[in-house]
Amino acid sequence: MTPLISVKDITKSYGAHIGCADVSFDLYPGEVMGIVGESGSGKSTLLNCMAGHLRPDAGSVVFDTRGHGPRDTVTMSEPERRMLSRTDWAFVHQHARDGLRMGVSAGGNVGERLMAVGARHYGDIRDKAVDWLERVEIDAGRVDDRPTTFSGGMQQRLQIARNLVTGPRLVFMDEPTGGLDVSVQARLLDLLRGLVRDMGLSAIIVTHDLAVVRLLANRLMVMKDGQVVENGLTDQVLDDPQHAYTQLLVSSVLQV
Amino acid sequence: MIDLSNVSKTFTLHNQGSAVIEVLNDVSLTVSPGECVALTGASGAGKSTLMRMIYGNYRAQSGKIRVGGVDLVQSEPREIIQIRREVLGYVSQFLRVVPRVPTLDVVAEPLRAVGMGSDEARTRAKDLLAQLNIPERLWSLSPTTFSGGEQQRVNIARGFAHPYPAMLLDEPTASLDAANREVVLSLIETAKARGAAIIGIFHDEAARTRVCDSEIDVSRFTPARAA
Repeated sequence: MTPLISVKDITKSYGAHIGCADVSFDLYPGEVMGIVGESGSGKSTLLNCMAGHLRPDAGSVVFDTRGHGPRDTVTMSEPERRMLSRTDWAFVHQHARDGLRMGVSAGGNVGERLMAVGARHYGDIRDKAVDWLERVEIDAGRVDDRPTTFSGGMQQRLQIARNLVTGPRLVFMDEPTGGLDVSVQARLLDLLRGLVRDMGLSAIIVTHDLAVVRLLANRLMVMKDGQVVENGLTDQVLDDPQHAYTQLLVSSVLQV
Repeated sequence: MIDLSNVSKTFTLHNQGSAVIEVLNDVSLTVSPGECVALTGASGAGKSTLMRMIYGNYRAQSGKIRVGGVDLVQSEPREIIQIRREVLGYVSQFLRVVPRVPTLDVVAEPLRAVGMGSDEARTRAKDLLAQLNIPERLWSLSPTTFSGGEQQRVNIARGFAHPYPAMLLDEPTASLDAANREVVLSLIETAKARGAAIIGIFHDEAARTRVCDSEIDVSRFTPARAA
């Protein structure tokens, strides 16, 4: 089987400071990988390098594209990369307002992504937008409202609808449940799990919440100071951590 | 079906003075289809640890753990996940579920994961929940608020939904009343009859004698503690 995305020796420095160093892994179709680590461990840098938001200093990110097979997204042209990020990729930001257009209606937010890949029929776009709002449990009656009138949890679900409407194959998520209260988090996690299973998505989820990765991710990568210190099956890494830092991380979680 | 050779396990506690705890040493055992083997030994002997290693939850330091011919010690996460989905079932002592998911879907999930249609999976789930005497009015609720015994029965229903060729059972009859204990034991007997290889931990001695073909005392794999 060909990996969906194959990351090799990704390195990114900010001047003398190391963002992430020599990160390599393969992600296969249908896999959900969590990346955990404390603030500043390089997990967001890595995610942004993979998603084409940052240019790594070294290394390659080979993605198995629909049309042309495996291609290195670091060296491909900007328009090609932009096309990928509108079709095969999705990016869910921690703050919904970074991933939404706050001045455009909810339906418009979802429809815009469809138009970006060529949809032109207004009725179809609106039907699909309404369908997606319902799938993320937003009342269809809110289709013409702006996201500024939505709660934090609703904004996050709208962002997910906007991202998934074009049927991507790989979803990058940066702290998707951060900043939401726990009851809203549970609902969002349940929703994401269902979507990942039903659409056969692959996903890379950056978070510092170990409970989130236990629920969503099949496999887990632990980062510290820009390096990957441990990786493996999620429950194995959490229940039988091998590296000193992972042991500290797991034993530091407060029991409720 | 399940075959362990020269497996050992140590825990290294880096944050507690790098203490190294040797738990199991040189474990070899084989379980054939249709056979049920009980793990015995005092508390702390390593029964659950051994079971978790066979499930790939704990990492083995050395040796081979083969389930259906695949060595789990050398496997990639996605390979272990596939084995868990199709070949190897595990009924743990505690139910761990996503909040908000109804009991019926919790039980049907392993069947959905191997590609069974939603209706068929739910029919099978209903059948198991009824067998295990979970009242029908609870099926649409999340099991998070259920009593300990009810959660354990939901856990068993989930574990027995898919006919795994290999199964690990950690105290499946603990905290059950006589009637439900009987249901669980007959589920185990049915699984054996269809050819499942089973490894179980049973503190309930009568249950052990009834369903198990042989016993392995795990303490004989426990390394001699330095004085």
